[in-house]
Amino acid sequence: MSVVMDADRMSRSLARIAHEIVERNRGIEELGFVGIRTRGVPIARRIAQAIRAINDHEIPTGSLDITLYRDDLMRHAVGPQPVVRRTEIPFSIDDKRILLVDDVLYTGRTIRAALDALIDFGRPRSIQLVVLVDRGHRELPIKADYVGKNLPTSLSQSVQVQLTEIDGRDQVEIQDA
Amino acid sequence: MKKDLLSIADLTSEEIYLVLDTAEAMREIGQRPIKKVPTLRGKTVVNLFYEPSTRTRTSFEIAEKRLSADTLNIAVATSSVLKGETLVDTAMNIEAMAPDMIVVRHASSGACHLLAEICKSRIINAGDGMHEHPTQALLDAFTIREHKKRIDGLKVTIVGDLLHSRVLRSNVLLLTKLGADVWLSGPPTMIPAGIERLGVRVTTSVDEAIAGADVIMMLRIQQERMQGAFFPSAREYFHVFGMTADRVARAKDDVIIMHPGPMNRGVEIASDVADGPYSVILEQVANGVAVRMAVLYLLAGGQEGD
Repeated sequence: MSVVMDADRMSRSLARIAHEIVERNRGIEELGFVGIRTRGVPIARRIAQAIRAINDHEIPTGSLDITLYRDDLMRHAVGPQPVVRRTEIPFSIDDKRILLVDDVLYTGRTIRAALDALIDFGRPRSIQLVVLVDRGHRELPIKADYVGKNLPTSLSQSVQVQLTEIDGRDQVEIQDA
Repeated sequence: MKKDLLSIADLTSEEIYLVLDTAEAMREIGQRPIKKVPTLRGKTVVNLFYEPSTRTRTSFEIAEKRLSADTLNIAVATSSVLKGETLVDTAMNIEAMAPDMIVVRHASSGACHLLAEICKSRIINAGDGMHEHPTQALLDAFTIREHKKRIDGLKVTIVGDLLHSRVLRSNVLLLTKLGADVWLSGPPTMIPAGIERLGVRVTTSVDEAIAGADVIMMLRIQQERMQGAFFPSAREYFHVFGMTADRVARAKDDVIIMHPGPMNRGVEIASDVADGPYSVILEQVANGVAVRMAVLYLLAGGQEGD
């Protein structure tokens, strides 16, 4: 196990992403954050907060649970079903520029599910993808627009993102199987 | 979860809370512009109803459709049952077409257990005779928890036809399992012998049962299951056991009034109570869809021992 990102590095990464988002999106009032449960949600909130610190503008933030859209849900019906949590998107995504946020980008299958789910809520003008860590090994043609850290990994490794809101501390670590 | 949902007795309290928590998530789907998720795509659900039903059948069908299952309804009035086919034969024939789940309502207690033993499809009990109606008890618990934020320690009073009610049995099993203080009241002719062994208090005085109640649940007088006279007249029943505004005043200030439907207005419940500020009767119906979506989703997964 090795720590690849500490709290300080994480906060600087998120601040940089906030600046990149402001720079690339004129008309910031059209933006909306949607965090993918579980850890995409606090990351989305933190970036929204960082943007508010930059230009005093409040970007609405929602949370999305993709369980019901997973492509592996009913394929091997063994063991109990994954727990479904609430999706709460308290604003209309129609014509918004949506920033979809997750902690780790890996196969891309979660993002595929999230895109399907989002489309059920309306027709956003665009969807951009924000991830804290991109660990590679994509199985679908999906790419992030904002990346906190590119992290080369092997398939046998696992990447754990820990956040204060959920895990009591901020850090990213790699574990060897 | 087990293969089938036949009885509340088969569920642990953790499983009950899992259903309720999953239903919380499912409810949001009904508020979207597109009220559908792809979760049960390619699954076939048969609704096999041997008894009339509006609420339960519609509720299951909406729940199935919101989860993208293929659904079909077999209403006995238009089926081969009228030509003398037995329940088992009908079930085996449906089973031969390989559905994934069968939702069953039948007038005989235990009909769902029988089908669960012979069918590979998952069986969901949508009411079997005077035995159980587990999804009703789950949606009642969901509605109670939404209003009271808990179930443990609440005084829940159930009034009416205790003898013929499958809703009663499922609710008593569920509410006592989750730690509610359950009181039952009804005419002595309609109190099943030994019901107090389920851990409930029983009294023929409605006023005593209602005093300080957090929840009042009314049960329908089920004329269709009655053989013989259980009380002199509907008018007298209303006078002694009917839920009126005066009676409701004996309960807690924030009491909620529930009824599984269909209501006999002016028999077990006064119209002004049914439509009044304490009534959550239509919320129960709305919550039924979310709870049934949760049950369908959870049963569609793997089962113990797979």
